[in-house]
Amino acid sequence: MKVTTAMNATRSASLLAGLTMVALAAIAVPHVSLRASQPSFFLWGGDAEGGAPFVEADPHQPDRVVGLDVEIAELVAHALGRSPRFVQITFTSLDQSAARGDFDLGLSGIEDTPARRAAVAATVPYYEFREVLTVRDADRDRFRSFADLNGHRVATLGGTIAYELLLAAERDHGIVAVSYDDDVHPYGDLANGRVDAVLLDNVLADRSMRKVRGLYTNHEGVAVGHYIGVLRPTETVLRDQVNQILREAMRDGRLEAILRRWNVWNDDQPPLFARVLADAPVGATAIPETTPISTLDMTRRYLPSLATASLVTLVLSCLSMALAVVSGAGIAIGRVYGGAVTRLLLTAYVEVMRGTPILLQLFVIYYGLAAVVRLPAFVAALIGLGLNYAAYESEIYRGALEAVSRGQLEAARVLGLSDRQTLRLVRAPQAFRLALAPMTNDFVAMLKDSSLVSVLTVMELTKQTQIFATNLGSWVIPGVLCAALYLMMSLPLAHLARRLEAAWQAPTAS
Amino acid sequence: MTPVLEVRGVRLRRGARDVLRDVTLSVGAGDVVAIMGLSGSGKTTVLRVVAGLEPFEAGEIRIGDATCGSGQGRRDAGHRAVGQVGMVFQFHHLFEHLSAIDNVCLAPVHVQGVSRAVATATASRLLEDLGVGHRAAALPRELSGGEAQRVAIARALALDPPLLLLDEPTASLDPARRGEFGSTLRNLAATGRALLVTSHDDDFVRDWATAVVILADGEVVEQGDPRDILTNPRHEATRALLRSATPTLPRWPS
Repeated sequence: MKVTTAMNATRSASLLAGLTMVALAAIAVPHVSLRASQPSFFLWGGDAEGGAPFVEADPHQPDRVVGLDVEIAELVAHALGRSPRFVQITFTSLDQSAARGDFDLGLSGIEDTPARRAAVAATVPYYEFREVLTVRDADRDRFRSFADLNGHRVATLGGTIAYELLLAAERDHGIVAVSYDDDVHPYGDLANGRVDAVLLDNVLADRSMRKVRGLYTNHEGVAVGHYIGVLRPTETVLRDQVNQILREAMRDGRLEAILRRWNVWNDDQPPLFARVLADAPVGATAIPETTPISTLDMTRRYLPSLATASLVTLVLSCLSMALAVVSGAGIAIGRVYGGAVTRLLLTAYVEVMRGTPILLQLFVIYYGLAAVVRLPAFVAALIGLGLNYAAYESEIYRGALEAVSRGQLEAARVLGLSDRQTLRLVRAPQAFRLALAPMTNDFVAMLKDSSLVSVLTVMELTKQTQIFATNLGSWVIPGVLCAALYLMMSLPLAHLARRLEAAWQAPTAS
Repeated sequence: MTPVLEVRGVRLRRGARDVLRDVTLSVGAGDVVAIMGLSGSGKTTVLRVVAGLEPFEAGEIRIGDATCGSGQGRRDAGHRAVGQVGMVFQFHHLFEHLSAIDNVCLAPVHVQGVSRAVATATASRLLEDLGVGHRAAALPRELSGGEAQRVAIARALALDPPLLLLDEPTASLDPARRGEFGSTLRNLAATGRALLVTSHDDDFVRDWATAVVILADGEVVEQGDPRDILTNPRHEATRALLRSATPTLPRWPS
């Protein structure tokens, strides 16, 4: 299993990532031809962002990567008589990159799953891990299995075997599965009480146990899984060569030495090595369903969760937009009517919210404020999106208020309306008509920006699509479905806005 | 009988320019006083000062029992005039989002606290009297210039003010309509209102105003009976005004 850090959460906008890959194709082509002409390079792909202990930037020399997968890649490259060259690939895109042939071998704590085996050529397993439950120290005797966690929130990294296990436990044991975009924050949120247990592999659990205090990991393990390397499906010859090299390294102790160096060696490995060397089945994979299922079946199975995720996206966007409209109107009125201090403060607010990434704001609200107020993820997402969009809305309303002609305001004043009445009865209603079109635009943008909140563990449409695509090993059907669902939400909105505008423009019966 | 409006020695500067210098005039109940002058002479500014839309530096304005001195902020000036002054802007400034009748009802309902039913009945009668009763449901952008003007007059009359200000009311009317409009003004004055009107149109003023005030560079240079002043102008500014007012388009015989 592999890791992403919190700040790397941009990757959650993975439809974009999928599209980016298409764009990257053009860039990748020279790579391929480069390889053809210079076979001395052995290109290997992995994700170095927060990827310890698999692949991570060398703390002493950040342009280099270090980790157990780095050493395994070097071992393989040297055995092939080529020099290793690292290619940075976003973790969730590794399979697709492998299928496209962006690199010779992908190594990044990649789990062995049936879907993956169907999509790419996989090497023999080189490490056996256990999916282990970590709980707070105080709960070590209370929460020993999924059955004990009935009704409790259990977190993991999305799109992984562990997440599939949690979904199965949700059905069988009534736990609540919570998906994170990285494998660091689940442990932080466990310590501060947002979740009651974390299920991840022993490598990641051990790493986090060293950083976060007050946690206990039950090493018995809920399931067992393996790390593998991935290659382009057609590269079976190279795969067999890599397998041969890995077996050699298992036999002569070089692989053990690497794993020991990175503190992940344990008693589970010798039996795995023995089975691999004997060409015996490596044992049950951790995934609950071992029989590969057809694309159609999988699509059918994901439809309910996609529908639920769409609902989350829609409800979240509507509530956030409501918050943005109300706060934006308040800010705009403050900036038009307020005193110098009010105006200064509100201007500062607008500039800060517009001038900093919304992802950063979401992190600050969810994680940064956790010490003060522990907001539920959905509430944090709602507030984050709403307050960010309030800045943009306020600029629209301010412009619209100022666009109402002075004559209208003077006519109201001569009639004896107070400033407040003039705003309520004359200025705001006219400004609202002007603001409607840009507001609709922002609402549609909000529908799409709401995908960012998956970094706060909110399972919305884009995140669900990403999980679907990861498990299916393809973006085609998930991408089309996801796009269709977004359009089903945004098109009626645009239609409604057009009708409202038309209603205000049409002559009334006279 | 004391006049409804008395403007005494009002001075207003904008930057280095004197916009109004010692303007003094009065309008009594039943009067239709016309202010004439070349563009930029300060006609509209006089109306705006009286309506409370412009603060002024020196002088005094009395409307009915309420007196407003100089130096009062724009805000105070505006509120002083509530219910005392109705204003019809040159470009009407009807509330664009409200129907004709809602334009008229706005102030009675929200300023005077009259019930909507009563306000609507009053507004209907006003629109009817002004000949635009059939346009009550129309939005301002659907009205012709003349209709919009009548709705604007109805809106200004909704609070039943003793003083009515009209800025260039003849500008949006074709000549054939001016007589009709003049008699409307006379009828309004006949009910005991004081009317102060700016105009470029000397024929209209001669026929319908009870008094004329000639303004040049923010100064009152002549005032009195319009037939007298516009027939025998004593001041050079008045003569210049009459020359410039000579119509450039032929008038059709009526």
